[in-house]
Amino acid sequence: MARRAVITGIGVLAPGGIGTKAFWNLLSEGRTATRGITRFDPSPFRCKVAAEADFDPELHGLTPQEIRRMDRATQFAVVAVREAVADSGLETGALDPHRVGVGIGSALGATTSLEREYRVLSDAGRRELPDHAYALRHLHDYLTPSTIAAEVAWAAGAEGPAAVVSTGCTAGLDAVGHAVDLIREDAADVMITGATDTPISPITMAGFDAIRATTPRHDDAAHASRPFDASRNGFVLGEGAAVFVVEELQAALRRGAHIYAELAGYASRCSAFHMTGLRPDGRELARAVTEALDEARIPPGAVDYVNAHGSGTQQNDRHETAALKAALGHHAYRTPVSSIKSMVGHSLGGSGSVELAASALAMRHHVVPPTANLHTPDPECDLDYVPLTAREHRTDAVLTVGSGFGGFQSAIVLARPDRSLR
Amino acid sequence: MATQEFTVQDLKRILREGAGAAEAVDLDGDILDRDFEELGYESLALLETGGRIEREFGIELDDEIFADHRTPRTLVEAVNAQLKAAV
Amino acid sequence: MSVRTVITGMGVATPHGLDITDFWAATRVGKSAIGPVTRFDVSGYPARLGGEIRGFTAAEHLPGRLVPQTDRVTQLALVAADRAFKDARLDPHDVPADDMGVVTAVTAGGAAFVQDEMRKLFSRGSRHVSAYQSFAWFNAVNSGQISIRHGLRGPTGVLVSEQAGGLDALAQARRRLRKGSALMAAGGFDAPIHPLGWAAELAGGRLSTSGDPERAYLPFDAAARGHVPGEGGALLIVEREDAARARGARAPYAEIAGHAATLDPRPGSGRPPGLRRAIELALADAAADARDVDVVFADSAATARLDREEADALTAVFGPYGVPVTAPKTMIGRLQAGGSAVDVATAVLSIREGLIPPSIHVRPSPDHRLDLVTGQARTASVHTALVLARGAGGFNSALVVRALD
Repeated sequence: MARRAVITGIGVLAPGGIGTKAFWNLLSEGRTATRGITRFDPSPFRCKVAAEADFDPELHGLTPQEIRRMDRATQFAVVAVREAVADSGLETGALDPHRVGVGIGSALGATTSLEREYRVLSDAGRRELPDHAYALRHLHDYLTPSTIAAEVAWAAGAEGPAAVVSTGCTAGLDAVGHAVDLIREDAADVMITGATDTPISPITMAGFDAIRATTPRHDDAAHASRPFDASRNGFVLGEGAAVFVVEELQAALRRGAHIYAELAGYASRCSAFHMTGLRPDGRELARAVTEALDEARIPPGAVDYVNAHGSGTQQNDRHETAALKAALGHHAYRTPVSSIKSMVGHSLGGSGSVELAASALAMRHHVVPPTANLHTPDPECDLDYVPLTAREHRTDAVLTVGSGFGGFQSAIVLARPDRSLR
Repeated sequence: MATQEFTVQDLKRILREGAGAAEAVDLDGDILDRDFEELGYESLALLETGGRIEREFGIELDDEIFADHRTPRTLVEAVNAQLKAAV
Repeated sequence: MSVRTVITGMGVATPHGLDITDFWAATRVGKSAIGPVTRFDVSGYPARLGGEIRGFTAAEHLPGRLVPQTDRVTQLALVAADRAFKDARLDPHDVPADDMGVVTAVTAGGAAFVQDEMRKLFSRGSRHVSAYQSFAWFNAVNSGQISIRHGLRGPTGVLVSEQAGGLDALAQARRRLRKGSALMAAGGFDAPIHPLGWAAELAGGRLSTSGDPERAYLPFDAAARGHVPGEGGALLIVEREDAARARGARAPYAEIAGHAATLDPRPGSGRPPGLRRAIELALADAAADARDVDVVFADSAATARLDREEADALTAVFGPYGVPVTAPKTMIGRLQAGGSAVDVATAVLSIREGLIPPSIHVRPSPDHRLDLVTGQARTASVHTALVLARGAGGFNSALVVRALD
């Protein structure tokens, strides 16, 4: 019998509150966590807002050694791993570590620490040749995200296949898709998967400033992220991590685990168009959606909710709307579609997993989170984006989509494992 | 202080440095009234070019400058108008 | 039985050149490309040797519009991709764009690009940061640019597991072929020879500080003292065998027959490392027996602990002196994610010629009990090759390349 992968544990660390409960409260109440940047002085930047998480690593159980060693993104991931594992009820000590794998997504890895260290080593940019004598032993770990997978594995006692998936803004979906592949091909029975990014740092802000991707709106930071609204003018950077315990279905059933959802279908596509531009017709995103639905054996009409990429750039929201219409046909108008980036910002690679967590929680509560700040829809974005307030809605199958630089388009379908298969 | 002038030669130099040149296009040819897109420069290349003009000439260009000025001739005029206004 | 994954094209960018013929000509005779680093002033650093791709000028190979927006790692990846597609003799329209995808591995993205932008940011301000920064840096850049340049509109992927990445990317491509794609471009690249990369590798403590190109990188030698970094990588065109046949592709080089990845336990746990398990699982995946393996391309970390672990894994699976082992990396250095991809290309060429390229300068320590091919190449009938890679952090990856009968 074909092996199937299900989510049995969730851990989330997002702006507006640490932990899955705080995260869901924020979303279901339609509150926003965007604000004026406090992590550094944003005054020289075009964009001065972000969705920051108030995170105290010590409060969340990290040891002084761990805090010194790990970048903020790694800390986020490890805290989310602990919540997810506890939530799953798995006794990790009783598992065969060889059958537990790791697939963690991240777009920018340990940016914050890399930038901090390089500022010191380059004497604030004055030295072309960094003074290695002052380098932390962990500098190499900050240059590459692979360390995040190792730290996650150590936190969960995993010794199976492990890698970081670094496809940029779709990494949070692609990492989970990778985990599903490994469960299905019997390379692992349990996967610790998800994504983390903490990109709110000067170099990242400056890079997005330079291409006008982030919003210059800073007079009203709490309402700065406006997906699908006619007044949208760029995304709001966020930070966050979400981690899932993903198990093979039969094993999860045998141990009586609570199953949030089956990871029923996944697909990724590249559009071969432009590093930052999108094809107006959304063709590759539509194809990823169709392929993911096919794999899930779910017809487009059975999608109860679409968790959108919804970044709030002019280009993305139209691209995505076109893609959903192409893939779902008339059903695109009937199914609720929302962007939680309106509330928690865009944590780049982290966002796909944070949004997947929101999708699984929507299935659990039969409530779909809203798109905050949506007052005046763009006439070209004419779907039901669940403006402002969450909605009670029977949710048995969810489509989560992501889109990123490089032309990457990804889709995951979540469904109840006991559904009748088409 | 005399007004600094932004010339087509400046523009060509900045384009070459910041965005390179497409093989099929001769920037030293008659390009004044050709669309930037036709010359091989898409939005990203123009953003880079705009950033370089801003830094070199110490001005702040409008976000829409390349949408409003699609050829080297009108762009040079617009930048010079802004340089004069800035004095 | 699932359809086979066959290799139909290869492109390399290595210190032995950008042309696969040059690369193999140098590799088979054991020529060293290790020398003093020239890309920046290394005189103030304790490590001064590297495997550089000398004389590489991106503008000679790539469109003028691409050069300013790409880091060296992406330029190398694009050049190798051009050559790989050419080698595969793929005509446009041979395969629908939707059925072709790309998976690459990298360790630190466009790190030199971000280094320069950070310096501008710190010293001159945020407005001096380039419009290309946001994507020239991120790890997905190589897959994105290759997809755009070659019109690949199928599945995509980017993996980071340091040195192991090149093998993991090929395994990911094989998965995509099994899911239905016809053709994937897959491999790994890194370009770590820049000031920030140098400081980072020195901080990590794995760089050899020897100034003698013949004594600096000596895996499995009692004098092993760290490695010499190199730059570059390889991109392979892999196809579903039936799809390759349907388009009338050239005779494939070989197949990717098996793969497995594991992670070492948490340091200090006292549990055994995971390399042996990766080897055994990869052989099982290939339905191969240890006796079937004709050569092992070793990871060759060149530290006492890592060499010991690798030698132990090899002797456990193959027995003492049980299989020829080689480390062509000794000629070009360790290329991070690019290194393992290059080893796969070397394995393929080794199968084709029936020749095992040597590990140079190494006098193997008898403690390791390895049949290390040293000095000069060894003629051998190579049907099945095992390529190993271990990434900093404890990543182990093993890939089986096999001749097509």
